[in-house]
This record gives sequence, C-alpha cells and structure tokens, in this order.
Amino acid sequence: MGPRLKLFAPLLIFIALAVFLARGLQLDPQELPSALIDQPLPAFTLPDLHSGEMLTRESVLGQPALFNVWATWCISCRVEHPYLQTLAEQGVAIYGINYKDDDDAAIEWLDTLGDPYIANIVDGQGRLGVDLGVYGAPETYFVDAQGVVRYRHVGVIDERLWRTRLAAIYAELGGTVAPAGDTP
Amino acid sequence: MHPVRRQRLLLVLFVVLFSSAAIGLMVYALSGNINLFYPPAEVAAGKAPVGQQIRVGGMVVEGSVQRSDNSLEVRFEVTDYQASVPIVYTGILPDLFDEGQGAVAAGVLNDSGVLQASEVLAKHDENYMPPEVAEALEASQRLQEQQDG
Amino acid sequence: MIPEFGHFALIIALCLGVLLSVIPMWGAWRNNEKAMALAPGLAMGVLVFVAISFAVLTVAFLQDDFSVKVVASNSNSLLPSMYKFSAVWGNHEGSLLLWVLILAGWTAAVALFSSQLPLTMLARVLSVMGFIGVGFMSFSLFTSNPFERLLPGTPADGNDLNPLLQDPGLIIHPPLLYMGYVGFSVAFAFAIAALLGGRLDAGWARWSRPWTNVAWAFLTFGIMLGSWWAYYELGWGGWWFWDPVENASFMPWLAGVALLHSLAVTEKRGLFKSWTVLLAIFTFSLSLLGTFLVRSGVLTSVHAFAADPERGLYILVFLAIVVGGSLTLYALRAPTVSSRVTFGWVSRESLLLVNNVVFSVATLTVLFGTLFPLFMDALGQGKYSVGPPYFNAVFLPLMALLVPFMGVGPLSRWKSDTGSRWLRDLALPAVAVVVCSLTLPLLGADGFNLWVALALLLAGWLAVGLLRDLRDKTRNAPSLARGLARLAPSYWGMVMAHLGFAMTIIGVVATSQYSVERDLKMVPGQVETVAGYTFRFDDLAAVRGPNYVADEARLSVTQDGEHVVNLAPQKRRYLASGSIMTEAAIDPGLWRDLYVAMGEPVGEQGAWAIRLHYKPMVRWMWLGAIFMGLGGLVTVADKRYRRRRAAVAAPGGIDGSPA
Repeated sequence: MGPRLKLFAPLLIFIALAVFLARGLQLDPQELPSALIDQPLPAFTLPDLHSGEMLTRESVLGQPALFNVWATWCISCRVEHPYLQTLAEQGVAIYGINYKDDDDAAIEWLDTLGDPYIANIVDGQGRLGVDLGVYGAPETYFVDAQGVVRYRHVGVIDERLWRTRLAAIYAELGGTVAPAGDTP
Repeated sequence: MHPVRRQRLLLVLFVVLFSSAAIGLMVYALSGNINLFYPPAEVAAGKAPVGQQIRVGGMVVEGSVQRSDNSLEVRFEVTDYQASVPIVYTGILPDLFDEGQGAVAAGVLNDSGVLQASEVLAKHDENYMPPEVAEALEASQRLQEQQDG
Repeated sequence: MIPEFGHFALIIALCLGVLLSVIPMWGAWRNNEKAMALAPGLAMGVLVFVAISFAVLTVAFLQDDFSVKVVASNSNSLLPSMYKFSAVWGNHEGSLLLWVLILAGWTAAVALFSSQLPLTMLARVLSVMGFIGVGFMSFSLFTSNPFERLLPGTPADGNDLNPLLQDPGLIIHPPLLYMGYVGFSVAFAFAIAALLGGRLDAGWARWSRPWTNVAWAFLTFGIMLGSWWAYYELGWGGWWFWDPVENASFMPWLAGVALLHSLAVTEKRGLFKSWTVLLAIFTFSLSLLGTFLVRSGVLTSVHAFAADPERGLYILVFLAIVVGGSLTLYALRAPTVSSRVTFGWVSRESLLLVNNVVFSVATLTVLFGTLFPLFMDALGQGKYSVGPPYFNAVFLPLMALLVPFMGVGPLSRWKSDTGSRWLRDLALPAVAVVVCSLTLPLLGADGFNLWVALALLLAGWLAVGLLRDLRDKTRNAPSLARGLARLAPSYWGMVMAHLGFAMTIIGVVATSQYSVERDLKMVPGQVETVAGYTFRFDDLAAVRGPNYVADEARLSVTQDGEHVVNLAPQKRRYLASGSIMTEAAIDPGLWRDLYVAMGEPVGEQGAWAIRLHYKPMVRWMWLGAIFMGLGGLVTVADKRYRRRRAAVAAPGGIDGSPA
C-alpha cells in the first residue's frame, strides 16, 4: 500500500458505516407496511359517536373509503383536520375512528372544527385500534368497496402527500374525487 | 534500521496490540451483556433460552397485574395476542406502566416459563411504542390472519 | 404575521450563508482579497438574521401563540414562563433552530477574534462553517420548519411541554451541550482550511487549540448537567445509563479529549499532524452522527425526538457530504512525509500518545456498542440491545489503564526524559498513595473494598503527580504564593482538569460501591432505617402546582435521634397532558446525598412504594466535571493566544505550559 492509499482508509470505513446507517433508516418501525394490507377490515361492533347506535363492519362498507384514526388529545390530528374537510368536500368518503378518546370532547371538536366524517366509530378502549395495528394517531386506512384494506398511511395527510401519492391510491380503490378547482 | 522507521514500527505494533486487546475485551463484554428481544409467541413456543438475559415485550394484559401484600413484588403478563408470558418483578414500576399499554421487560426466563425481570420499561407516550413491541404485534397479527384466512 | 418574520429572517440567513460558503472560498482559491474580506461581514449577517428568527420563535412561545404548530405541541398557557422560554428548544424544530443559532454564534466569534489570522485562512475557515450552517438552515427550513402555522383551526390551548423537560436543569442543558457539539465545528473548519491551504503547521494547531478547549469545556458542562438532571428528575437515582442519546454526546467528548492533547503535541513539537487533522474531522463527525442518531429515530432511546425517516435521510445525506468530503480531502491532501522530528520512548510525547490511543479506542468501543443493535438489525440478526454492563466492562478498564500514565504526564519532559528521573520524583509519593489507598477503605462500613482502594490509588496518583510538579515549578520562586501566581493560565487549566478527573473517579466509584438503595412499601407512620439514617413516613398530602396536581409524601429524617431534614417527594399528574411524573426529594451534601422518591400506591391504607437511597459522594462526580470544564475555559486566558501574528511555534514553550 502506498502512503497515499493508506489515507483513504478512514473514508472507506466511513462509507461502510454510512451504508449501515442508511439501512437503519429503512428499518424505521414507522415505515413497516401494515400487516393488514390486502386483508379484510377487522369485524367490530362499536357505537356511533353522535347517535350511539351500534356500527358494524358491514354497515360502513359498500364504497371505497378512508378510515381515519383520530383523537382530541392528538395535536397532529388537529393539523390534519382542515385538509380532511377539504377532501370530504371533494367527495372523498371518510369514516372516523375516534381512538381512546372522551366522547364529549370529540363531539365538541367536531362542532367547532367541522365534521368531515360520514360517521364516527367510537373506539374508547382501543380494541379496533389493536385489531388494525394502530401505533398512534393520526393514521388512515384506505379500504375498498369490498372491505379490503389496500393501504395504510401513518401520520398527517396534507395536500402535498395527497396529490403526490395518496390520490392515486384512492383512485385505484375506485374512488372518485371532484376536480380540485371546484372547492374554494 | 533507521531509528525513525524503527520507532514507527514499534508505534504501529503498540497500537495494534492495544487495539486487539481492546477488541478482545469488547467481544468478551458483548457476549455476556447483550440481550435479544423475543416476542411472547416465541417464548411460548420454547424458542427463547432459559437462564439467559433476554427481553420480552408486548401489551400488558388487562387485569393481569397482581401485587404482593407485603413486598413490592408484582406479577403481570405481556401478550402479542398470540401468547402471553408471565413476568415477575420486584421493585418500582415506571410511571407510564399500565394495563393495556406496551411494556418491555428484561430478565431471565426460568424453567416454568416465568420471566424474572430485573428491569421493566414502559411505553413513552401515546404516540410512541417500543419498536420491538410494535414489530412483534404486527408479526403476530400477520400470523393470526393467515390462520384465520 | 410575526411568525412569518421569523421565517423570512431564516430564509435571508440561509441566503447569506450560501454566499458565505461560496464567495470567500472562491476568493481564497483565486487569491481575490475583496472576496475573502467579505467573509467576516457575511458571518455577522448570518448571526443577526438567525438571531432575529430565534427571537421571533421565543416571542411566539412567551405569548402563547398557539397558531404556531410547535408552540401548540410543546407549550401551554398554564406553563410557568421560564419553561415557556425553555420550551423553545424542548422540541425538534426549536432545538434545531438553537443549533443553527449557536453555529452562527461560533462563526461570528471566529470572525471577531481572529484578526491575527492570515486572510486566506480566515476566509476558508468561515466558508467551511458557513457551509455547515447552510446544511442545517436548509434542514430546518425544508424538513422541520419551526414557524409552521395551524391555520385555520388554532387550538385554544397547547399540548404542554413534556413534564420531564419542565425543570431548571433542562433550561440550560441543551444550550450548553450544543455549544460543545457545535463548537467542534471550529476545530473542524480549521482542519479543513489547513488541508485546503496545504499548511499544517504549528500555527494552525495554535489557532485551533483555544476554540477546541472552549467547545470541549461547554460539552463537559452540558454532559454533567444532563447526568445531574437524570439523577434528580427521572426518579430512580441513576446518573448515567449509556443510553444512545447520552452516548451521542459522550463520543464527541471522548474524541475531543484526544484532540485537545494531540493538538498540544502538534503545536509544541510539530508531530502527529495528520493524526490531529483526522481527529478534528472525527470529533466533529461524531457530533453530526450524534445529531443523526438523536433525530432520525434509528435507535430506541428514552429521550430521542420523534422518529422521522425523512429528517433522518436528510441528516444522513448531509453527514455523508461533510464527512465523506472531508475524509476525501484528507486522503488527498494530508501530509504523508513522516516528520523528521523524533522523540524518545520515555517522553511527554509518548505519554500523550497513550492518551490518544486510549481515548480513541474508548470512543470506538462506545461507538460500536451504540451502533451494535443497528448493525444486527440491518443484518437481519434480530433485535438486540446492549446494556450498561457492556460499556462498563469495556470503558472502566480503559480508564484505569490510562491513569498511571496520566499521573506522570505533568512532570514529564518533551522530546526525551528518563525513567530514573520519574522514579526519583515520584517513588516516595507513590508509596504514600499506595499505603493510603490500602488503609482508607478499611474505614468503610463494610470493611475493605477493592474497587474503592483502586479508585483511591488512581486518583491519589493523579493528585501527587500534579502536586509534585507544582512544587517543582514553584521551587525557584521567592514564595509559594508568588510562584503559583506566576504559572500560566494554560497550566492551571491542565491542573484543574486533571484534578477534576481524579474527583470524578472517586465520586463514580464511591457512589457505585457504597450506595444503599432500598425500595420499600411504606404506610404513613412507618419508620425505616437506611445506612444509619432513620426515615419516618409522616403523612401523605395532596398538593397543587401551577399546571399539575400531586400526591406528596412527607418524610422526616433523623440520625442518632437528631433531626436531619424533612423530605417531600411528589408524584405529579400534569393537567394538560395527563402525564405522571416522579419528583424526587434530595438532601444534597458533599459527602452524601439522601434521595427519596415515590413509586406507586400499593394496597390499602395509603401505602406507597418508596425508594430510600443513601448515595455517598455522588456530588464529587459532577464537581469533578465542573473542574474539568473550568480547566478547559481557563486555558483560553493564556497570553500566547493573544499574541499577534503567530509565527512558527518555538519548541519548548513557556515554562509551565501545559501538556
């Protein structure tokens, strides 16, 4: 080895380390695909937030829809909320799963901030959340008309994400969206 | 040999010897002090070693936490919804430990399949779950669905 | 509108940063004096606009502007104002802005205090720092904008600051830590500038030294505060966990120790040049790696920021550019010609070499232990964790190995020394130290303790080496006081830092060996005795703080029938987040701490699980760290750093100059 070549040793070691670090990033738990992908939405019997009537898996199926896990204690949900409103106005079907929350607080939230949801499933104990494999709120599941989970998004949905990635997935489910220009 | 070269040679020799000693020490220390994570399903299936430091994690089963009357011994079970593992721990549990929440216990598994924990870690906040627990839960879910479907 | 001002200020700072990283560098290459002369002005400009941006965010926190997302997520109207202030950096976005602010501050400081530097060198140094600034400012703007708004839908109140961070220690811990982390960028920039200019001379080492010392001192204070905070705030009396986030700050510290000493050799004797440059790169790379580990979520840790792969990827790419680039430059430009200067085996150079090898190896073992889980996971070998026993088993022998050499260090001579001189000077003190360290532990309650004896031996050895050297240095003075007063500040800095190290050794070992820790179930009225102190659980009360409610246990402590102190640990429930927090009650002392914390309610009749700890000499550890840090700061007062127009170093140095 020439004297100059030896000096490259630190660089090579660093490159090897960087490869591991890059691999480590991909191993991030948040990036794991959901176990539920291409599996049917789990069965449940849980009350509706407003009416208190029991909702079941069958009562919410029939059209491609988004199942959005949210709670009033979750600040990121507040960030996401206005955009869900926009989506609802564009005709996207969204069901809410009110996760480990206080019913009164949740109703007040929807009254003040608006209600983008077709219906809200009250999951006070987090049972449905466990069946879905929820890590935390917000999370959104893309379910087709047959009730099969096609995609899961962890974290906030915003306009950029929707446009670049999620809209295409929603379209694949068979969902239709009014042209963006129609809404203010 | 030129004195400068001889000095360099000795220097390199010293560094190499010292580093190998350090590496030897590291390997020795590592062999006794790392612990692998096992999901409850694998523990129940007998895949986890007995009498060796391991970590087991999952959700704390609702209603499983039992305290002793006269000491700080506490028993509880963690589950990945496939199997549960009983855990015995003596001491003060972390603030965030609760039934129905994620927890990881480090300790030694005894012959009867009970984990004698020396440390219990709880989930940090509502948005956080120890990554191992999250993965174990996912894996078990996948299995369950394969069986159901 | 005010938050947008902050956003614009940061954008302007970024633009100035881009100019700073390009124009002076181009000027240095083309030898264009006008371009190079722009560097200090641009550096000041970056500082001004980053400071405006930071001030705006601070105002948003103090005024409870919950339309700003980070404020809504990390503050609350009930939060006491000093915590509203520290909440600015109690989150990822804000702490990153603090990082940027401190970097801008260091850059401006270099611009201000380096009028004696050749213009080319200064231009290059500031450019390199400007480039690092650009990396972090764009990281902040593009992935973690602290000024993001929640409009419409401003929440009525915020989510509250994590209760763990609601603590006076945590107000200054992050700024000090970042001062250290970021401060190493100066040494890094000097190394890169020297490589670019092809001038790795004693002058370069002399310019780098004070900056490195100060950065290292701040890092020492930061780590010390973090350890102290963990001790009283986490509620179970531990002070060091070898947690990935702690290791992230500890690795640059260890590498920094090696760098400090290696710079000394390069300055005084012109040796180890390539190695010193590599260490400077290595130290700052570890700072960046620490930032990556803490903010990317690749490792599990109790106090990492929320995981975000996008941010992680950004830092990794930046890390690859900075470290990969500088190591490539190193490989291409580092001098390969071995120096003509030689040194004997028995000499100060050799001893400093031992220091460098030990600290480099220690850094690597910590690095390896920290990244081991990541390696195994990446290789599909399962989820491992590496516990404190690994780090202790590797780290402690290394330090024990270091101390025998460290004791001789101060009185050793450059170039060549003789073993017989060392023996003559140190034989008698050595015997005294051995006798003391063998007899003193016998006085302990549980009889002779080998580890304590060893710690006393090592610490005593360090102390006698220093004392012996102080005596030698003051022998020719008319009086001891005048002799001491004549010694250079850099020498005093070394003495303080080394003595601090000895104190830390004693503190760590005494508290690990002699601590008595009992976790008990106690009912009001119950009495327990721990290490000669009688703890009586008087009663249980419910109290209310500004933003929490708490159960408070009241205990009175007596020793031999005499009242010592009343302790009132709390179990708090913070109102906004509902988090439960343990607030320990501590009676501190130089010789022992009494530590009481509440566990959880157990059974009926108001019984609680209670921790009663007796911790001897635990303060010595932090006092030692304070001494080390002060030592690092004192060296900067040395007048040779204020000399104008530094020429080639005169080997031999001023009498009483440090290692």
